[in-house]
Amino acid sequence: MRLNPDSQKPLYLQIAEQIEEDIFLGRLEEETQVPSTNEVALGYQLNPATVLKGMNILVDERVIYKKRGIGMFVCTGALNNIKQKRQNNFYAEYVDSLVAEAKKLNIEREEIIKMINRRYIDE
Amino acid sequence: MSNINLVNINKNYRDVAALKNVNLTFERNKIYGLLGRNGAGKTTLLNILSNRIFPTSGQVVIDDKNINDIPKQISNIYLSGESNLLPESMKVKEIFKWTKEFIPSFDGELALRLAQAFELPIKKRVQSLSTGYLTILKDILALCANTEFVFFDEPVLGLDANHREMFYKFLLECYVNNDSTYVVSTHHIDEVANIIENIIIINEGSIIRDTTCESLLSEGYTISGKIEDVDKYIADKNVIGFDTLANTKSAYILSAEKITELPESLQVSRINLQKLFIELTKKEASK
Repeated sequence: MRLNPDSQKPLYLQIAEQIEEDIFLGRLEEETQVPSTNEVALGYQLNPATVLKGMNILVDERVIYKKRGIGMFVCTGALNNIKQKRQNNFYAEYVDSLVAEAKKLNIEREEIIKMINRRYIDE
Repeated sequence: MSNINLVNINKNYRDVAALKNVNLTFERNKIYGLLGRNGAGKTTLLNILSNRIFPTSGQVVIDDKNINDIPKQISNIYLSGESNLLPESMKVKEIFKWTKEFIPSFDGELALRLAQAFELPIKKRVQSLSTGYLTILKDILALCANTEFVFFDEPVLGLDANHREMFYKFLLECYVNNDSTYVVSTHHIDEVANIIENIIIINEGSIIRDTTCESLLSEGYTISGKIEDVDKYIADKNVIGFDTLANTKSAYILSAEKITELPESLQVSRINLQKLFIELTKKEASK
């Protein structure tokens, strides 16, 4: 987990994103236990309330769930949900910034499409 | 025992008002940061909270009762104070035993473990400890007190960076392992920002902030970029300070409003808490 204390983004959101990333990359598999609030708090020197707030975002999004008296676990289907969410955000996250940067560099629309095609051919 | 409430507290020393109409609530199982400049009233506040001194007016209320009417409850409060009340000629390990006599909840085993971690020589006498190690001894006693409320007055005074980090780590560990409330007075706002939940800023005897760290952070932001670009952006903003390096500039801006239109040449990041704290507690004359 990597947290950036200088970021404008609140730490609890960063925690939620990092756990999500761990699930997305397969570091945390479905139905396995997520590190406890206290473990994360002690490991990263954060107030447990901050960590809990981040975890609760993922509970609301049905990415993780609470097993009473045991801890938090990754939901079945969490990976699919995360992929779905990221697909929905793909345009805003990547296409917008790609076009904005291209405009700053005076790269023509046709040129971008060519580059994307080249990237696929290289594979 | 539940919360500790301060109700309309005033404290005067002769004709100097040390605390002015202070109203605060300390809830169970939270970590508070008490921040203020030298002489702001932090120590007076902690001394009143732990019933070591009496307010001129107002009262300390626990479970709807005045603190003076419930003497037993005072043993649930531990203050690690600035003034040294430890017997000078006693050895550290004797201090641990002696503390256990007064505070039954004191965890002597943990104290020995922490002493080892901090490399505090337990066979030395109090009078031969350096400033830093005297602070460490007081910190260990407080961390191991296991009372419902634990107040630290300047717990990192004289500690090097390594020991400060260790103190914060053990504070979090103790917090996670029991349900005590910890109040930490300090000037080092950036060091404690991530581990405390609530922040209280006291200035010239008055409480000027009583809020969560998160909402304090939302009071402003930092803008960086080329000097001209930054200057243009901040022209109509409330700037509390800036740093320049070569031809780039970072400006610290006080604003509760969300950033709407930011030129692409500028970057935004978290406000510098230390700068915010300095600005909030500046004397009118030096502004």
